[in-house]
Amino acid sequence: MSFEGLPKGAVAKKRSFLESIYLVEILRGLGVTIGHLLRNIFHTDEMPTMQYPEEKRVYGDRFRGRHRLMQREDGSPRCVACQMCSTYCPADCIEIVAAEHPDPEIEKYPATFDIDLLRCVYCGLCEEACPCDAIRLDTGIYEIAADNREKFVVDKEFLLNNETDGTL
Amino acid sequence: MAFVVETLIKIIFMFLMVLGLVPVLIWAERKGSAFIQDRTGPNRAAIGGVRLAGLVHPIADVMKLVFKEDVTPGNRHRGLYNLAPWLVMTVAVSTYAVIPFGDYLLVAGRQVKLVVADLNVGLLYVLAVASLGTYGVVIGGWASNNKFTFLGGVRATAQMISYEINLGLALMGLVLVFGSVRITDIVAGQGQLLFGFLPMWGVVIQPLGFVLFITSIFAETNRTPFDLPDGDSEIVAGYHLEYSSLKFALFFMAEYAHMVVGAALISAFYFGGYQIPWLPRAVLENHAGLFLTIKLCGFIVVALWIAVLFMRRAQREKGKFNDERDREPLMGVAFWLVLAVAAAAGLALKPWAVGPVGASLIVSILQVLVFVMKVLFFAWLFIWVRWTLPRFRYDQLMALGWKVMLPLGLANLVVTAIVMALI
Repeated sequence: MSFEGLPKGAVAKKRSFLESIYLVEILRGLGVTIGHLLRNIFHTDEMPTMQYPEEKRVYGDRFRGRHRLMQREDGSPRCVACQMCSTYCPADCIEIVAAEHPDPEIEKYPATFDIDLLRCVYCGLCEEACPCDAIRLDTGIYEIAADNREKFVVDKEFLLNNETDGTL
Repeated sequence: MAFVVETLIKIIFMFLMVLGLVPVLIWAERKGSAFIQDRTGPNRAAIGGVRLAGLVHPIADVMKLVFKEDVTPGNRHRGLYNLAPWLVMTVAVSTYAVIPFGDYLLVAGRQVKLVVADLNVGLLYVLAVASLGTYGVVIGGWASNNKFTFLGGVRATAQMISYEINLGLALMGLVLVFGSVRITDIVAGQGQLLFGFLPMWGVVIQPLGFVLFITSIFAETNRTPFDLPDGDSEIVAGYHLEYSSLKFALFFMAEYAHMVVGAALISAFYFGGYQIPWLPRAVLENHAGLFLTIKLCGFIVVALWIAVLFMRRAQREKGKFNDERDREPLMGVAFWLVLAVAAAAGLALKPWAVGPVGASLIVSILQVLVFVMKVLFFAWLFIWVRWTLPRFRYDQLMALGWKVMLPLGLANLVVTAIVMALI
């Protein structure tokens, strides 16, 4: 190999005889692993593993979990079915059917608001797009479980209920 | 008739030893690899709330494999597909038949040799049966009707036959030194002293042969760094890809059985088998009572120390979990205290005053225990090396086998022959 034009000092280090036998290097590697093993046997509580259901990782405030729909004071959803979130969604997972609202200030409301939680990538773009603070991803729920695909499509009542845990 | 009964008992003992060490090795691999990689490993399976640091997991593994669906490819060659796992397992266990696990046992005035089959050509038998092992791998790979498994099988065959040559060459040096192909002679010969103070273990008189042998054993058992045939990330799963449920369980157990057998071969040929260095059988028998007393006292001290360690851990971690896991250090304390009390009860039986029959029995048991400990150490070495070294690329593997180890093996043989001729 030629190193012309490169800064000085960039030479291929030739392997010494002991290194080319590899046995010495293998023994050094074995020493490293046995060091880790013994350290972990005698200091088990310093290992970085979290025992999952008993210890859970603490996430920051901006962590994007499962969605929820926000309510006005009278319990109706703040959402005005403007379709901005479903347009912006990159995974195409929000389906809204609009209906007319009697109050002329609030022209529309969502008759149905379905989110397919399996398609969702939890990017938070719907939360950013919404002009009414109607959808938020701040529940912090990431343990979402069901036993068939149809149960992952959640509807308006489920999303309006802010007291649920992860099971569907 | 008595011979048949003795041999049957020895066969059962060896079989149980190989198959019984397999779950222990599975546990050691999973926990050992986890601790080497700074993670916890399996620690959830429990029987009745007793977790035993993950020792229950191999049982759970076997039960899962038994209840799994047996998915088989459609266009497989039925006979060969079913034959392959059986072949691999049989070969692994058959090799064990010629390895001595003790010197002899005095039973009713007769000496029973503690080896299942004391063949005149024990070493050749070992090499021949190890060669049969390649059949299982390549048959399994080919009969699965899958290009990847076939490739894995072909690579495995090429690797195994090239390293068998090195295996044989490394052992030839030993044959030259000890002058016999019978394994019991080789193991017994390692009890002599070289220059008056070094035990004549294989590793002392054939250090290069030892390195070649241990590398070839790693390659024969398809174990990292030579595990390209069943490398998990390289060729999907290699030759045992299309096997599921019990047939896969057999392949899985056969890999660990091969490890046990490889460890037994290394300890028998190069580390004196059942011998304790500097303590031949005559010396042991004369002082058997003394040794037993020392061992029991040492065991009591160690058991009490471990119980104290558990007690300190119980006090340090009081209330850490607020559930059943708080009981576990206390269970550890109880277990080791019970063992210490049992050893003390053994001391009360006056072990220092045993007669000759008792002395012989104690020495035989001691030799078997030493053998088992050496096998366990080398099996741990297999696991340790697997999680230290990266995998060889196929061309590097073959280059190492033919261009480096074969000349070294031949040179070893020549030098040994010259030295033996001069002595």
